[in-house]
Amino acid sequence: MKEILEVKNVEKKYQNKAGEVQALKNINFRIKEGEFVSIIGPSGCGKSTLLSIIAGLEEKTNGAIYIEGEEVEGISSKIGYMLQRDCLLEWRNILSNTLFGLEVKGIKTKENIEYVKELLKKYNLYDFANKYPSELSGGMRQRVALIRTLAVKPKILLLDEAFSALDYQTRIMVTEDIYSILRKENITTLMVTHDISEAISMADRVLVLSRRPGTIKDIHKIDFEIENRTPINCRQSPKFSKYFDTLWKELGVNEK
Amino acid sequence: MILWESLANSNIIDSFITSQPSRIFKTFIDLSANDLFRHMRVTVYETIVGFGLGTILGVAIAIILWWSKFLAKVSEPFLVVLNSLPKVALGPIIIIWVGSGTPAIIVMAIAISLIVTILEMLNGYLKTDKEIIKMARTFNCNKLQLLTKIIVPANIGTFINSLKVNIGLSLVGVISGEFLVSKAGLGYLIVYGGQVFKLDLVMTSVIILGIVAGIMYGAVLLLEKFIRK
Repeated sequence: MKEILEVKNVEKKYQNKAGEVQALKNINFRIKEGEFVSIIGPSGCGKSTLLSIIAGLEEKTNGAIYIEGEEVEGISSKIGYMLQRDCLLEWRNILSNTLFGLEVKGIKTKENIEYVKELLKKYNLYDFANKYPSELSGGMRQRVALIRTLAVKPKILLLDEAFSALDYQTRIMVTEDIYSILRKENITTLMVTHDISEAISMADRVLVLSRRPGTIKDIHKIDFEIENRTPINCRQSPKFSKYFDTLWKELGVNEK
Repeated sequence: MILWESLANSNIIDSFITSQPSRIFKTFIDLSANDLFRHMRVTVYETIVGFGLGTILGVAIAIILWWSKFLAKVSEPFLVVLNSLPKVALGPIIIIWVGSGTPAIIVMAIAISLIVTILEMLNGYLKTDKEIIKMARTFNCNKLQLLTKIIVPANIGTFINSLKVNIGLSLVGVISGEFLVSKAGLGYLIVYGGQVFKLDLVMTSVIILGIVAGIMYGAVLLLEKFIRK
């Protein structure tokens, strides 16, 4: 399979009153096409910073990011980024919200608009195209935000705790939803989360970051050997608690 | 009002000082016969021009200050001082600079509403949801797009609020301007009435002023409905 993302020797330092703080050190990993990789780590380990660096929203001190073998600097159009909140624009209707990225990039072509409409139809949102965000449920809003991100056809999708603003039940539903969309569209995904079970239920591999300075402690391959894997049937698998235990211990050691 | 009328009729209160509803009504009819509408037109015209210019200039300056952090920092102390300064104190300066008459009154109205508009709009712009700005940045949004597609539409609420405040402030500016220099307008009628001790005229003008203010506020509400669709 083709390699989509390579993170090479990424390092991040910043200054505060106490002096220099090393947030990230020696981060190296690769992601293949279609893979779902999740990053977990104790709070403050710099996992969101790492994602911002990959997205080009934050400067890195050292190292390089490659997408499809090409080094990227700054914000790349090959990367889609989804934040904690859906950040829909309340004054635009759903269709216009999903076209936002295309509009900003100046590629709002007939073809791309058709593609967005297809996505809306496929994921049962087309009937709401003329509605406003305030009329939609939390789960639907999150789907709209995903389609807005996918509209610009990114090579890799970054999810930054994308579901943590939702209540527990909606969250399970939305992960189920989003996961199935990502699989159907074969989207390569890198997700940061603090929720171990969310990471296990969705990811093919889980990267564990250590406490500051954040380094990659371990990479766990997650394989449930289930056909038509979904987050919910993963949660029901006996292997789930085994994975959970391993990761929990690994994070727990860091807490001391 | 009935109480006012009957107390005045039975001489318990002095209608020379307080006027009374029937006399106000009579004055109103008299004034309509001659010059009331002209005075009203003058005041309304000055208020609308002052309000419009104050709002447009205020929003434009707020946008410039949002755009340039440097200008915002430099102008901040001036804005704060100007904001707490009573603008009526500038009256004589304005009259000398732009001459007496309508222009001075309009400048007065602008002076009163402008600073508040700048401060309020700038505050709104700077407080726009950081997450939404971040979302726009992930699409590589440039500063002009950020302004037109996020900052300005996200602050429509702030804008409408400042319209509501401004219509009142512009009227204050116009009336205080008319107190200082004018040959016509409701402010002029009030000052004139006070000087010749015709309380009927003063009261009538104040009541008409109240009605005018109400109608203008209503117009802003209509505008709000139009903007919000």
